[in-house]
Amino acid sequence: MSLIQVEDLSVRYGARTALSRVSLRVEPSEIVTIVGPNGSGKTSLLRAIIGAIKPFQGRVMQASSLKIGYVPQKLHIDETLPITVSRFLKLPGGVTAADIDYALTQAGVPELTKAQLSQLSGGQFQRVLLARALIAKPDLLLLDEATQGLDQRGSASFYQQIETVRQTTGCAVLMISHELHVVMSASDRVICLNGHVCCEGTPAVVASAPEYRALFGTGTGGALALYRHEHDHGHDHADHCHDHTKAVE
Amino acid sequence: MLDDFMVRAALAGIGVAVAAAPLGCFVVWRRMAYFGDATAHAAILGVALSLAFSMSIFVGTMVVALLMALVVSVLSGRGYAMDTLLGVLAHSALAFGLVAVSFLSGVRIDLMAYLFGDILAVSRGDLSVIWGGAALVVALIGWRWSALLTSTLSEDLAYASGINPKREQLVLTIALAITVAVAIKVVGVLLIAAMLIIPAAAARPLSRTPEGMAIAAGLIGILSAIIGLRAAYVLDTPAGPSIVCVAAITFVATSILKGLGHQR
Repeated sequence: MSLIQVEDLSVRYGARTALSRVSLRVEPSEIVTIVGPNGSGKTSLLRAIIGAIKPFQGRVMQASSLKIGYVPQKLHIDETLPITVSRFLKLPGGVTAADIDYALTQAGVPELTKAQLSQLSGGQFQRVLLARALIAKPDLLLLDEATQGLDQRGSASFYQQIETVRQTTGCAVLMISHELHVVMSASDRVICLNGHVCCEGTPAVVASAPEYRALFGTGTGGALALYRHEHDHGHDHADHCHDHTKAVE
Repeated sequence: MLDDFMVRAALAGIGVAVAAAPLGCFVVWRRMAYFGDATAHAAILGVALSLAFSMSIFVGTMVVALLMALVVSVLSGRGYAMDTLLGVLAHSALAFGLVAVSFLSGVRIDLMAYLFGDILAVSRGDLSVIWGGAALVVALIGWRWSALLTSTLSEDLAYASGINPKREQLVLTIALAITVAVAIKVVGVLLIAAMLIIPAAAARPLSRTPEGMAIAAGLIGILSAIIGLRAAYVLDTPAGPSIVCVAAITFVATSILKGLGHQR
């Protein structure tokens, strides 16, 4: 069965609707990316999936004994809280020194064990957060703009790491990203969100959807054209792009 | 041994320092200093109510401190900035408490003893309450330690690991109410927050891990209690404030040490 299944989910903050009737599934070992403009409810969706916000309507179902590794958008460690990387990684309990070394190596920063969390650079910190998400051997990784604040090389290597992790551990990945070109080449499936699901499908299908173009323009067309050329084998039956005009602004 | 009032005072001070250390660390990490103040100030209202209804002071102050903390939790995020809200609540609770005390005709109470503590008058009964409360606070925080730390680092990380940060917040609130009730006799409502924050802040430059900081804060608190009491005895100064002064001097000393370390 699906790892997670979101059914008809609506989220409201007071009178403001952040998400309306969103449905999606994530299957084992697939990489699904959520794209959408600012304020389109991407973070709200992930927070509803981990249970940090209660749905106004609809529900989120998890496969039994599903383990989630979550990498938040940003995390501020207060200067008053002294904590080393290894202590941070040990927090969930039952974690050995070998687990820590393995997770840090997988995340690409094996040398940071003894460093203070508040002294790390942005890129190091994101990788430590990735290690923390990996340490529980999750079935599903949730990444919320995990490469925010990284330079282009840094974020490219970060996504390569994610791909490697998926290959070695077989975990599924549900991520939010702004870097369309990376997303389009690294994902199995793309969901375009703007308060509701505008369209979804393989990267090629989404890229050619009018809803997507209305939101993002055709600026990334060059990279996409290449991609589409390779993958133009007709549509999987799960892909669909319904027509509506609400998202067009 | 317990017949000596100085020994009882020292044991009372040590008990409060032990409870305040791990809790104080969370107060510092979560930037709840003012929250601690508000809860402590509300305790004077608890004193008045306890006397009016002839309840145990410990129970009365704990209930009012707990109510105060819950009111703050409920009201936060409803349009007022947290510091404004706490400022309103802390000082109103103190004022209402002082007014309520004045209504208690027939009972003569020494208000100063509750505002600044009366550690030299600690009885054997007080000692058992203080140590019982301290043990409860340490056990509570020790039991929830990992979950509390995770929620302090990030609420979303906590949710993703199956921890409910709201419940952990409640654990801290209860621990805070117990500590306030326990510490009122030792340092008084005006200085309880000092015993929470100053030892923890003084321990920060000496620590590399959260556990290390909690232990260092405990040691600093205990030393402050012993040295402060001794100083009060020798210099004939008020005991509670003297303890806080020693803690404050320690804070300055560790900050300077840290500064020197950076220069090298």
